[in-house]
Amino acid sequence: MANISKFDRRAEKEKQQAARNRREIIAAGLSRRDMLKMGLLTSAGLLIPKRGLSARALNSAGLLSSGGGSPASPPTRPFVQPFTRMTVKQPVAALNPAPTVVPNTAAGEGRTIAHQAYAQFTPVKFYEVEQRLTNISVHPDLPLQPLWGFDGLVPGPLYVERYGQPILVRNHNNLPPDGQNGGFGKNRVTTHLHNGHTPSESDGFPCYHFGRGQFYDHHYPNVLAGVNSTHKDVGGDIQEAMGTLWYHDHMLDFTSQNVYKGLAGMYLLFNDRDTGDETTGFRLPSFGDGASDNSNFDVPMVFADQIYDPASGIIVMDTFNFDGVLGDRFLVNGKIQPVMHVHPRRYRFRWLDAGPSRFYELFFTDTNSLNTRIPFHQISTDGNLLDHPVQVESVRLGVAERADLIIDFSNYAGKTLYIENRLEQLDGRGPSGKVLPAGQGNLILKIVVDLPPIADNSADPATITRFYGLPDKTAAPRITRSFTFDRSNGNWTINGRFMDPECQEVRVHVQKDTVEHWIINNNSGGWQHPAHIHFEEFQFLSINGAPPASQPLVLNGRKDVVRLEHNMQTKTFFRFRDFEGKYPFHCHNVVHEDHAMMLIWEIGPTGDNNTLP
Amino acid sequence: MKRVSGRNLVVMLAVALFVGWLAARAEGQEAGKGEQAQETKRIKTPRERIAERYFPNVALTTHEGKKVRFYDDLMKGKIVIINFMYAKCEGSCPGTTANLLKLQQLLGDRVGKDIFMYSITLKPEQDTPEVLGRYAKAYKTKPGWLFLTGDPNDVELLRRSLGFIDRDPARDAVKSNHIGMLRYGNEPLMLWAGCPGMMQPSKIAHVIGLVDWPKAEEARRGGER
Repeated sequence: MANISKFDRRAEKEKQQAARNRREIIAAGLSRRDMLKMGLLTSAGLLIPKRGLSARALNSAGLLSSGGGSPASPPTRPFVQPFTRMTVKQPVAALNPAPTVVPNTAAGEGRTIAHQAYAQFTPVKFYEVEQRLTNISVHPDLPLQPLWGFDGLVPGPLYVERYGQPILVRNHNNLPPDGQNGGFGKNRVTTHLHNGHTPSESDGFPCYHFGRGQFYDHHYPNVLAGVNSTHKDVGGDIQEAMGTLWYHDHMLDFTSQNVYKGLAGMYLLFNDRDTGDETTGFRLPSFGDGASDNSNFDVPMVFADQIYDPASGIIVMDTFNFDGVLGDRFLVNGKIQPVMHVHPRRYRFRWLDAGPSRFYELFFTDTNSLNTRIPFHQISTDGNLLDHPVQVESVRLGVAERADLIIDFSNYAGKTLYIENRLEQLDGRGPSGKVLPAGQGNLILKIVVDLPPIADNSADPATITRFYGLPDKTAAPRITRSFTFDRSNGNWTINGRFMDPECQEVRVHVQKDTVEHWIINNNSGGWQHPAHIHFEEFQFLSINGAPPASQPLVLNGRKDVVRLEHNMQTKTFFRFRDFEGKYPFHCHNVVHEDHAMMLIWEIGPTGDNNTLP
Repeated sequence: MKRVSGRNLVVMLAVALFVGWLAARAEGQEAGKGEQAQETKRIKTPRERIAERYFPNVALTTHEGKKVRFYDDLMKGKIVIINFMYAKCEGSCPGTTANLLKLQQLLGDRVGKDIFMYSITLKPEQDTPEVLGRYAKAYKTKPGWLFLTGDPNDVELLRRSLGFIDRDPARDAVKSNHIGMLRYGNEPLMLWAGCPGMMQPSKIAHVIGLVDWPKAEEARRGGER
């Protein structure tokens, strides 16, 4: 039976781990006092029998990693709680005081820069949202968690928006005072909409942070790139349409803590082709009411990993870590290992790796038949529909990367499948590159195909030959610039330089409405970096010297994260257009970002000629 | 059904016994120090958990020859800036020390009052208090910035607890490769972050503002407007 072999395997793994631990303890020359202090020994002198002491407690460095050995989370029973859909955010009739173009400082607005496109894209919908302390259950075996959530929800409420309908979100910072963060998190915030075509002052720029008691009006035009430039007459380039966005805190030096603490959510954008209704447009599975099993077949999923204090069961974060932090519990939409029930029909899943530092390679697994390959269709990268659906068996995601897919459960009626992460990652450096055999990874979500048959009017993705098509990328660049992600003396750098925490140093001046090529490379040895550029999507021109035609089809789409794998060299195509202002370019392993692996670039009327900024 | 095979059980027991023996041996070496780990049942506060996990209360000696306890005397109730260095380092240390000297000048008389700077040696065998004293004198550092040394085991525990390690053991073993970051934070407010040691001093002062006391932060931000 599969179960028995699983336990034998587990015992074997534990045995290996124990042997490794023993070697490492000897090598480290730890005293009994040290070991007690680090929680590795019981008072009887026995090694604490936690599973492998966790990869982070004793890692390949041979010793207790950052933070004196991160303890393993207390046990949680897998798959005992229901999967939850995110709550759809509801607009308000009006805001009081009414929004202003110039920051309403007198009323307590923390914005410092006027809206540049308010009059052109006058909001037709208004929202009010607050960051606040909340006590939330992540698992019935753990106590309520003191998290920070938008509207007290983790993940935050789901925005369901349409192109052509500008909105304004009034964001109130109602976080607790200093000294009440429960151990990590900074109560100043700036909310980034990743990767909206949003003017700089509303983008969630890392230095435009505001304090508790203040508010900040974010103006989201919900417009296509090209709207003020290349495709002015048709309201922007439809080939630049985005569908799956997310929002998260971007506070300078504290992004990793604030996002880990709960300040993230998702944002969907529909239009007249990707309609959310499976009887119209591309006929992708319906979003419906966004809430119920019988109506919502378009389901966004936020993946995150966390760790909980073994004594209190309360979330902890290793804030004394320069590399990246991993959790030993996997959450989907804020719940540890939940169970989803589905109908035997097609679903659209929208996957997001919300970090802080883990990479995933996600498969569907049938644990009763590990050799069964379960294909599905990937339809987007980083929220942008591909040229056409591509049949795959897995999707790899670095932090902040997204993938939309269509999975047809009609072939699996009565069965149980799991979403399994099979990418091995032992520490914050990034994945080892090893893809584990089916059933040996992390089972994250249990999917039971036990709801009754129900109508499916969505298109078979195999028959969709084209979505929007991809934008032309043959235009000559005004300039080609190079950016190398590197590490020296434990410092994270881009082109050997650090982030300016005051955001005054603009490393790249981009001339508005021009094309640039950016060469984005990784020289940092055994590290991987999900490099994210705000505001504009890019297309690959080459990866490791090979043209996109020779790459997996999914890499031909538009993206906003270059997942820089070991020693990867890439060349990308950008068109910068429509708005002016400052944006960051940074590593989205948010621990690296918080340790200065970021730079500021700016779109303006003139550009510079710096090829190595 | 969860089952452990006889063979695996033997191995697990053997491992447990070996570790027990290892610990007993270690305890023998520790004999006389008489430290008893007292586990209390009370759930600790987040601040206590941070102190327990990251700030071992080891005995250190300052470059002025003063005996101090890491948590009780150096961390508790303070804003701190921490880096690791050694006196004979010719890599990144001289630059970082010179940089931090400018930072100390910028922070003015708050250093030593509520902001403290700690440079902990990576080579306690060489860096005696006298060596560090001469180092501090050569750089003309002012009070409130302490160069710290101690028992090599304690210093190593401190380095690891504070996360100043390279995950590659070969690199980690070479002291000249050491992590050139600063860890800065406010202990009672549980605000901890980091930045490169070679960042411009005015920029480091800026980020330390992010963990400053609420009143000071407000005043500073008011001043910015």
